[in-house]
Amino acid sequence: MTLNRRSVLAGGAATLAAPAVLAQGHGRSRVVVIGGGAGGATAARYIAKDSDGGIAVTLVEPSRTYATCFFSNLYLGGFKTLRDITHSYGPLAAAGVNVVHDWAIGVDRAARTVTLAGGATLPYDKLILSPGIDFVEGSVPGWDISAQNAMPHAYKAGSQTELLKAQVDAMPEGGVFAMVAPPNPYRCPPGPYERVSMVAHVLRDRNPTAKIVIADPKPKFSKMALFEEGWARHYPGMIDWVGEDFGGGNVSVDPAAMTLDIDGDLLEVDVCNVIPAMKAGRIADIAGVTEGNWAPVNAVDMSSKADPDIYVLGDASQQGDMPKSGFSANSQAKVCANAVRAALIGSTQFPARYANTCWSLIDAEDGVKVGATYEPTAEKIARVDGFISQVGETDELRRATYEESEGWYSGITGDMFGT
Amino acid sequence: MATGVKTRIKLPDTAGAGDVITIKTQITHQMETGHRLDSAGVPLPRSIIHRLHCTFDGETVVDVDLRPGISTNPFFEFDAQVTRSGVFQFAWHDDDGAVYTAAKAISVT
Repeated sequence: MTLNRRSVLAGGAATLAAPAVLAQGHGRSRVVVIGGGAGGATAARYIAKDSDGGIAVTLVEPSRTYATCFFSNLYLGGFKTLRDITHSYGPLAAAGVNVVHDWAIGVDRAARTVTLAGGATLPYDKLILSPGIDFVEGSVPGWDISAQNAMPHAYKAGSQTELLKAQVDAMPEGGVFAMVAPPNPYRCPPGPYERVSMVAHVLRDRNPTAKIVIADPKPKFSKMALFEEGWARHYPGMIDWVGEDFGGGNVSVDPAAMTLDIDGDLLEVDVCNVIPAMKAGRIADIAGVTEGNWAPVNAVDMSSKADPDIYVLGDASQQGDMPKSGFSANSQAKVCANAVRAALIGSTQFPARYANTCWSLIDAEDGVKVGATYEPTAEKIARVDGFISQVGETDELRRATYEESEGWYSGITGDMFGT
Repeated sequence: MATGVKTRIKLPDTAGAGDVITIKTQITHQMETGHRLDSAGVPLPRSIIHRLHCTFDGETVVDVDLRPGISTNPFFEFDAQVTRSGVFQFAWHDDDGAVYTAAKAISVT
């Protein structure tokens, strides 16, 4: 080895950062990432890419391919194929991430190991949890996961989304599509309402006398004025939203009879999309980093408030003002990756900056968006400033907003998977 | 001409004599002010619900004048004291002459 400035500096940094690691008898720091979505895939890729081999990164993700939840409504609307929104982990593996297709079933925080369902044990120096969401049991009386074929949630993209689309396509003439919307906080705040727009788009063309009913436990929802304007314009008379004030939160379902009870009114439905209340993916609970339904994190670096060696990203985290979205998770993952590299190999840690935008499609080429930038404070990730589409915008602006969302989609999936 | 109009009311089925009950009403209506332009720059004609009249067995409970500043899908919540059983009736008056109605009985014991 030739002695030069670079190798001396690199050696010095390793000596400063690595003694605890070296004492355990291996050369490289080890990061385990659980969950290969917008948070986990991005974090794994950035740590592997920017540490130049200095950190061994293992990504644990049960699915062989990943269908993005974002843009899955556009598949329901017929604007995308399932193939368009499905991605392989091959490029991540080729970029040096050790991709393990298995379920993480245990975390030993004292020994710093993760146990997999297949029996393997993975040691870690830093653990990143990005498990997304699970459903709160019993939140919609009459529904549990065994009823998800009769009344799909379609809130984890893939077979559930395909099933829901098939059910919409098979609706009888003049049939009823019902949605049970979730209480706050939940993944993708405008998602249920974009979904209704996409279902209405399909029904208007194929089954124009069909009706859509939304039972909602909330008094208002994300981009409400924009959706209501769009629904009145594109799908007049088709969509009926029952909010908290009129008993939208007092619902129960009977998946065998295909009925929905809204505040005492029994409705026969042909399709019932039940989106239950949500909580952090189960591994966060198993790791003991949750309080209530979510995992509190420090706003400066997404580290868990319960354990400095664990980070929680995306939907599972409780961080403050950011909505639970793929964009948020991707933004949080880059802050986390920077902090993890700084902690393990002494690279420069930059101040955290976060951003989010949620686009929604109301009808063909009628796109709207809401977004904001965020900064860490002592208590939380706090909103700095934001923007939202306005009612009455021109068709040109709405089309440009939709085109912007398509550009974002190819950008974020490239950023997650290295394609 | 308004399309997709739907009315919704919520009040209890039963109450005790002298109870104060909460009544919630909503009508799905675009409430177009007459001041906005469509995407081609042409003014959108005014089309609003200009009156909500609630009666109890023919006696006025509230009578509301609505103006163009009222937002889409006007929502009203108000309280009423009930002393006997009867029927609450609701009428929303549209600019185009249509009157949308709804009614619900309450049993007072």
